[in-house]
Amino acid sequence: MSLRELYQEMIVDHGKHPRNFGKLESANHSQAGYNPLCGDKLMVYVRENNGVIEDVHFEGAGCAISVASASLMTEAVKGKSIAEIDKLFDLFHHLVTEGKEPAESIGKLAVFSGVAEFPVRVKCATLAWHTLKAALHNDPIAATTE
Amino acid sequence: MTISATTIDFTKLRRDFPILQGTNRGKPLIYLDSASSAQKPNQVIDAITQFYANDYANIHRGIYELSERATKLFEDTRSQVKQFINAKSAEEIVFVRGTTEGINLVAQSFGRSQWQAGDEIILSGMEHHSNIVPWYLLKETIGIVIKVIPVTDDGALDLTAYKQLFSARTKMVAVTHASNVLGTINPIKEMTAIAHTHNVPVLIDGAQAVPHMPVDVQALDCDFYVFSVHKLYGPTGIGVLYGKKHLLDAMPPYQGGGDMIETVAFDKVTFAKTPQKFEAGTPNIAGVIGLSEAIRYVQAIGMQQIYQHEQDLLAYALPKLTAIPEMRIIGTATPKVGVISFILDSVHPHDIGTVLDHEGIAVRAGHHCAMPLMERFKVPATVRASFGVYTNEQDIDALIKAIELAARLFG
Repeated sequence: MSLRELYQEMIVDHGKHPRNFGKLESANHSQAGYNPLCGDKLMVYVRENNGVIEDVHFEGAGCAISVASASLMTEAVKGKSIAEIDKLFDLFHHLVTEGKEPAESIGKLAVFSGVAEFPVRVKCATLAWHTLKAALHNDPIAATTE
Repeated sequence: MTISATTIDFTKLRRDFPILQGTNRGKPLIYLDSASSAQKPNQVIDAITQFYANDYANIHRGIYELSERATKLFEDTRSQVKQFINAKSAEEIVFVRGTTEGINLVAQSFGRSQWQAGDEIILSGMEHHSNIVPWYLLKETIGIVIKVIPVTDDGALDLTAYKQLFSARTKMVAVTHASNVLGTINPIKEMTAIAHTHNVPVLIDGAQAVPHMPVDVQALDCDFYVFSVHKLYGPTGIGVLYGKKHLLDAMPPYQGGGDMIETVAFDKVTFAKTPQKFEAGTPNIAGVIGLSEAIRYVQAIGMQQIYQHEQDLLAYALPKLTAIPEMRIIGTATPKVGVISFILDSVHPHDIGTVLDHEGIAVRAGHHCAMPLMERFKVPATVRASFGVYTNEQDIDALIKAIELAARLFG
């Protein structure tokens, strides 16, 4: 497994130029997420309307994997329902822990398949998703992947 | 007087460490994480194996010759440690699980039995969590106040500020001998003398000093000194707490059980004398045997030689590192032990660590159990490369190349 397969072009790009980056003033959910292992810190902002995500942004600093994952997550979940997002998280989690692409298409998120070969990076890839899930289900405890 | 490090064949010495012939991520292992834990030479591995094969029995209680042999090997090591750190007596050497347990022992036995709400302890901003949290627990349980010596921009302790932290309520100073993040060696002899003018005892965290330089606890005049054996090329699960005898004698027990008692009745227990008073239960006997061999191993090289070897490596590495664009070394104060923390402006430490891992290089990327220090330098984490007796210039060349690769990949 070469480094190129972990750090694919899209990951490096989204890590350096994250999409939907910055505070979301019209958010009605927000949640902080923290990965103590390497110091990744994220803040996820969501505007939800009737169980559908209208907009999602994030702020924070972290390694390329955590930032790229947050960026691609924001693109993937816009317009989806909470139930669809929970399902997508499961599929994504399987991908990064087992490395097998799921039967259903997860679009650009498949680019993280290399993470499975680097178990210490799984927590980086899933931080944004844990944080989003905590925001949507109003979990008051700050999301961490410890 | 500095003895030339070239009188020791450090290249030949590498062959004592079998793991260095191995691989990491399919490439030859380049181990630059000795500050986290040191690799073990054959001599230490064999000593432990031979002990279990030939001399093993429980100690102190047995009435047969085998147990006498094991007990002698164990207690001889106590005298050996006394000589290694120049304590006054072997009774001032307590075997614990590691630096962390040693500090917890002092906090719970010395601190808890004497201090009250409002009493103060002075720590420093560069402490490892093992020299923060035990005192924080006393803050939570008995209400002591923690005061912190500030760290300067180059990674040293602000001694002027230190002197001003003392008050009528100060009960202890607990500070690290050498920083596991910055590498800075603190002027603890001077700091101890200052504390003693206020009648305040001093605990020194020597985890990152003992493997890298000679330590003389009588010359330092510190009241407590702790270190871990696994960082000293010995096994895990064993460490040393040194304490001045009159202090240890006055302290109540830490853990209760067998071996630390004289007599036991349900309504009255009398305790053993120092140091047995603090060693409840069957100890890590093989760990102590490993410690014995580890001390023999480093003394055969010479602690001053080891210190000089690391200084030579620092002199080789630092100019090459600072030549890399966007490189920021965290901790430029001297003198330092062979520990270098750094960041690159545009690449997160964890990503640098992964690229290095891929080139076979083992470094640490994270907060190094020093979150307050990370906060002080406003970094989420650093990459830390650290040296051992087996580290050579080729290791450093490989490190430089890999950092440059990481910068290219993400730049």
